[in-house]
Amino acid sequence: MPDNLGTSPNEVQFRFREDEVVDHPAVTVDSFLDQSNAAAVRIEPGDDTRELLPHLGRIKLVEVNFPGFMDGRGYSAARVLREAGYEGEIRAVGEVLIDQLAIMRRCGFDAFAPADMLDETDAERAFGLWDNVYQKTTDGRAPIWQKRHG
Amino acid sequence: MYKYDNYDQEMVDTRVAEFRDQTRRRLEGKMTEDQFKPLRLQNGLYLQLHAYMLRVAVPYGTLNSTQMHALADIADKYDRGYGHFTTRQNIQYNWIKLEEAPDLLADLAKVEMHAIQTSGNCIRNISSDQYAGAAADELVDPRPYAELLRQWSSFHPEFLHLPRKFKICVIASDTDRAAMRLHDIGIQIVKNDAGEIGCAFYVGGGMGRTPMIAPLIREFVPLDQLITYSEACLRVYNRYGRRDNKYKARIKILVHEMGKDEYARQVEEEFAHLLEQGIEPPLAELERIKTYFQDPEFKTGLTDKADRSDENFARWVDSNCMPHKTPGYVAVTISLKPVGGIPGDASTEQMHVMADLAKEYSFDECRVTHAQNIVLPHVEIGRLNELYGKLAEAGLATANIDHIGDIIACPGLDYCSLANARSIPVAQKISQRFAENGKGETLGQLKLKISGCINACGHHHAGHIGILGVDKKGTENYQLLLGGSEAEDTSLAKITGPGFDEAGIVDAVEKAADVYLAQREDGERFLDTYRRIGMDPFKEALYA
Amino acid sequence: MKILTGNDLLTGLVTWWDGQGWSPHVDDAVDVGDEAETILAREEAARRVNASYAIEATRDEAGKVRPAHIKDRVRALGPTVRPDLTLKPAEPEALNWVI
Repeated sequence: MPDNLGTSPNEVQFRFREDEVVDHPAVTVDSFLDQSNAAAVRIEPGDDTRELLPHLGRIKLVEVNFPGFMDGRGYSAARVLREAGYEGEIRAVGEVLIDQLAIMRRCGFDAFAPADMLDETDAERAFGLWDNVYQKTTDGRAPIWQKRHG
Repeated sequence: MYKYDNYDQEMVDTRVAEFRDQTRRRLEGKMTEDQFKPLRLQNGLYLQLHAYMLRVAVPYGTLNSTQMHALADIADKYDRGYGHFTTRQNIQYNWIKLEEAPDLLADLAKVEMHAIQTSGNCIRNISSDQYAGAAADELVDPRPYAELLRQWSSFHPEFLHLPRKFKICVIASDTDRAAMRLHDIGIQIVKNDAGEIGCAFYVGGGMGRTPMIAPLIREFVPLDQLITYSEACLRVYNRYGRRDNKYKARIKILVHEMGKDEYARQVEEEFAHLLEQGIEPPLAELERIKTYFQDPEFKTGLTDKADRSDENFARWVDSNCMPHKTPGYVAVTISLKPVGGIPGDASTEQMHVMADLAKEYSFDECRVTHAQNIVLPHVEIGRLNELYGKLAEAGLATANIDHIGDIIACPGLDYCSLANARSIPVAQKISQRFAENGKGETLGQLKLKISGCINACGHHHAGHIGILGVDKKGTENYQLLLGGSEAEDTSLAKITGPGFDEAGIVDAVEKAADVYLAQREDGERFLDTYRRIGMDPFKEALYA
Repeated sequence: MKILTGNDLLTGLVTWWDGQGWSPHVDDAVDVGDEAETILAREEAARRVNASYAIEATRDEAGKVRPAHIKDRVRALGPTVRPDLTLKPAEPEALNWVI
């Protein structure tokens, strides 16, 4: 496995953060745990995200790779990070498609670097489609049950 | 029953708009079929042998008459005048056009219905007891809990790309009429020693190629932690369920390989963490939902006697009516299994009739059962004769509930692209055979279930008698299984031996029935006799 | 011989490659020899067919085409339990052809 496998800032097509784009090569979870200076890490579907939790303070970027869009482990990975209080960038990379954008946002992704660039108009519609949500996640949106009961 | 508020309505309307846009992108070539397929599946749209098939969700099997009328209208407008009620209490249409599917979904949304997550690797429609709210033996009505779970599981962002499909069932009585322990999660609403209501969680059951009965994972989850605990169960599955082999991807394999204790331990760990995340709706939300499931205004002082002078009517009452919690009422099951008919199919006209009868005789409610029949849950005993007359006129008065003619059958090779053999013709021939030889009634309760392939949509593992269609060098072949049960005495049926051709399987079923008739003791059902005497006497009769 | 089949993208109905385009009738199917992959890739890309694949079949002296597998014979005719909805509602004996 090459150590440096991250996406570069110019591959990020959508970003929902004000801070500067992290330009730091992401390393595998194993490499990250072995070295103290890495600030960016890439999670593959089979990795255990919880291993990163003791080190969140020094992480500026987590890339979550979707080698295939049907593998949904990355959604749990992002939520686990957010629930543990991680506030840095979580970037979805790999097979990221229009119809996954909104649910990825809900799970805590705030940057998207799809392997194939997405249609901007279709993506914009997808991000803005759902005015309401049924579940509470860490994305700050009030679920429908909360609106019903004030 | 549950009524959408503006939020619920907006969610299904948005979903229709989303699917319309997805369909457009597919037709414009902006998406490949591989990309589109999971999206259409999560809107219930399959591509089957002859056309697209659409599966419409009937949440926990409950419908009002307006909805049943709408289902009939859809059969006329978008299909070929009929629909098929399924073993997961849904309805599916066999001849749908992709280009019309968004309009169909929009029509459904107008009557508070949808096809959301009726297929795909996500949490499917929540199933329940068809007699919920009517059964004399239930602790509470399980449907408010199912509705709470429906909303939580709809569009759940983390759980739309699970390793495999995920089926949840909620019941609230010790008698299991919904095959609860053959679900990915089976929930039984229970009362603990302190008298509090909560949920027992059974996780990792299922049929398919590796049938398993779900083990108990937690005896009691308090009601105000139901969603949180469910989320923990799903998260452990999403992270660790196998994705290397689709046939080993169901949660039953994870629970089996990991061991139920280790799975439960991991769920507890995740649960403890999630409890701090505040993801649980307040109990006020459950209370809000419950207000929609209050009893209708049952009359008092009603007669508990029907006029049984008509022999056919009396036979129908004995087989199709179920005791009700309220004196003077029964729950009536309308059999969709006429002799020689297609199990679970109903024509547009029959759907309209059932809708009208639900309105007139059952407080505007009907239910779909996992056995592919329709229930009118609250019927006055004094009006049964009248109701029976109207059902008979529509060809809906077959008296055979839970008898050998009340066969569960998947669509099989006549419709389904996964099937290896046809199921429906076998069901038709068996029901005809036992109508002709007159043994049907003598046999009493005998649940016969037929699947056209190993995926087991026809629940053959859970049949007192099960039949599995296989492909034997290009011809249809049928294996016989005995001793399964989907009820509270859940058991998995065992194969008798070598399979049979179509004519042979009908004879084999009759031989098995004859062994029972010869050997049964007082009050024994087929299943009881099988359990007492074992497989050998049946094998002797079958393969002598 | 090798013939091609699939479903129409818009309607989902069963179609057979007739050499020029797609026909609902299996008897119109032509032997594609070793062209199967080329034709299917082109037709799928043009969205004229969905879920397409190549199958073995035979053609008798009368020109009738018979797919080798029962599944494709069911597809060619329609559901055997609803003769009224098959392509040959007036020919009940057509059901025997499937088996």
